[in-house]
Amino acid sequence: MYLTQFQTFSIILSVALGAMITRFLPFIFFPENKEPPQIVHYLGRVLPPSMMGLLVVYCLKNVTVLQAPFGLPELASIFLIVILQKWKRNVLLSIGGGTVLYMFIINYFGI
Amino acid sequence: MIQQEDKKIIQIKNAMKYAFPHTIPVMTGFLVLGMAYGVLMQANGYGTLWAVLMSGIAFCGSMQFVAVSLLTSPFQPVEAFLLSLMVNARHLFYGISMLDRFKGLGKVRLFLIYTLCDETFSISSSVQAPDGIDRRYFYFSISLLNYIYWVFATFLGGILGSFITMNTKGLDFVLTALFVVLFMEQMKTKENHTPGIIGILCSIVSLIIFGPNGMVIPAMIFILFTLLVRRKALCT
Repeated sequence: MYLTQFQTFSIILSVALGAMITRFLPFIFFPENKEPPQIVHYLGRVLPPSMMGLLVVYCLKNVTVLQAPFGLPELASIFLIVILQKWKRNVLLSIGGGTVLYMFIINYFGI
Repeated sequence: MIQQEDKKIIQIKNAMKYAFPHTIPVMTGFLVLGMAYGVLMQANGYGTLWAVLMSGIAFCGSMQFVAVSLLTSPFQPVEAFLLSLMVNARHLFYGISMLDRFKGLGKVRLFLIYTLCDETFSISSSVQAPDGIDRRYFYFSISLLNYIYWVFATFLGGILGSFITMNTKGLDFVLTALFVVLFMEQMKTKENHTPGIIGILCSIVSLIIFGPNGMVIPAMIFILFTLLVRRKALCT
């Protein structure tokens, strides 16, 4: 341990406090017994697909597009996920298939 | 009174049964990443107890990895707090998205907010509780299961540490796969098309301009701005 026990615990609480503010703030600003403004209603409706888009890009942020392997393992796996999902509409199958293909590619080719 | 308690337990059981399959990808991903976190903490001299405390109290995946470097440098709690605010800023938009869904759920609501993370948000905002399953217990099950996976995996990583040498390289792709599938599920609704594409495009632009480590907050601002401009255009 680099820090003392007290310091370590303080760091944990500081990190937790920062995280909890980001989680609780919207619910404190717009309590459930009060009708939120229309604009918040609108954002609540459109933000989920936008944020899912952000999460997908965020997960791929470290992919090297301009150097080998040019993001091909990710591209191939996501392609398979899309095909499986359109074909069988089974979430677990799509996720499992894509992940297995990804693991196979990067382990087999030693990427 | 006793009968009512029984009914509640049956309702929770049914909700768990329905929720569990939805959380299997999260279980897989969290096992890999949570154990990696436990091992990393151990390698830096922080035993299982500390890793589990961090996972259980702060419960914020990526920030916990960032915090490892804070634990191995001079004591700076304010810095830790500010960094946590920035790294976790995306939760603000999850909260706004869940205002309606988490309405009127009573005491459970506090727990749902406390444990709202990327994975829980992505499932709870994409999947509806079917008829016969209480909405409150459905959301509760998703949140509780994901929370347990993370804390338990941290614990496992801490005690098993480097004893395990299973090849799990690439298994964390399971969470990317989960987000891709849930993104597709959301895109099935026609009115979600444009916001979904806005999310992807704004994030790519932000990634190109600000690079992988600074992309999230600018992407959130781009998304917010574009969505608001679009609303204005729709209204007029």
